[in-house]
Amino acid sequence: MPALTRLRALARGASTLAMAALLALGAALHAQEIVEGFEDPALDARYRDLIHEIRCMKCQNQSIAESPIDQAADIRRLVRVLMVDGLSDAEIRAYLAERYGDFINYRPPFKPSTWLLWSAPVILLAGGAFVFARVLRERMGQPLDEDIDR
Amino acid sequence: MWRYAIPVVLLLVLGAFFYRGLYLNPTFVESPLIGKPAPEFTLPDLENPEGTVGTEDIAGRYALLNVWATWCVECRHEHDFLLSLAESGMPIYGLNWKDERDKALEWLEVLGDPYVASAVDEIGDVAIDYGVYGAPETFLIGPDLTILAKHIGPLSTAIWEARFAPLIESHHGAP
Repeated sequence: MPALTRLRALARGASTLAMAALLALGAALHAQEIVEGFEDPALDARYRDLIHEIRCMKCQNQSIAESPIDQAADIRRLVRVLMVDGLSDAEIRAYLAERYGDFINYRPPFKPSTWLLWSAPVILLAGGAFVFARVLRERMGQPLDEDIDR
Repeated sequence: MWRYAIPVVLLLVLGAFFYRGLYLNPTFVESPLIGKPAPEFTLPDLENPEGTVGTEDIAGRYALLNVWATWCVECRHEHDFLLSLAESGMPIYGLNWKDERDKALEWLEVLGDPYVASAVDEIGDVAIDYGVYGAPETFLIGPDLTILAKHIGPLSTAIWEARFAPLIESHHGAP
């Protein structure tokens, strides 16, 4: 019996180790961000901010800064070219949206098709506040709970 | 006690949104280029590297611009359909996207060549102008070089009949 227990413990230890190794590998793979950029620190910082806000259209849930695929690299190259050409961040976003649609920008412009998206948090918060205020006012008129009263 | 209906109604509305969301295809993104002029390009011709293929060649009649590559598995799936479409008289232009010339030429030799000509977009600049992000993608371009429709993914008879053919027939007779 003890042998079996020891075997189990060993197996559990081994699987924990394997899991840890897998996680570490995953983290390492995830961390391999692109190295390209600009020498000038200010320009480089602007570039990095920008590529974190542009969607990889193929992978959709990743920005082009995070995506390892070739097409994301193409868009990054384009962003660098446009930056060298002197386009502003807004102009670069508009340039991409003209070709891929607003979906490519993580911060789409406020316009008829996006107003609900942008104002939803405010609308929901206002609705919640309204209900909360009503409930509060209603309860203020009621006697306190007997348990607390005593 | 109508006020008790409010949460129920909210829940139903939310449920309706979620239910609809289950059947939406998130990879289907409407192209902003529909109805706009096709971005101009002139690129080397795949089969004749000295020559060029561009929007000038496409203009003048209804034509397809099909983005393909030998690394694209789905392109192989639509290839037979493209061949039959070309046989029926529809002019199809290829945009050979980020591919290798040797492999591309071999592909056309082995599988057949449905294209009037294929433009070589080696670095993918023209593809970006067309908002391409995953081959195969196919554009229906009108005689005046207006983009009339775009399909992402392999073309098939069903998709052709439903989305492309009606647009052509509404302008003049059969393709």
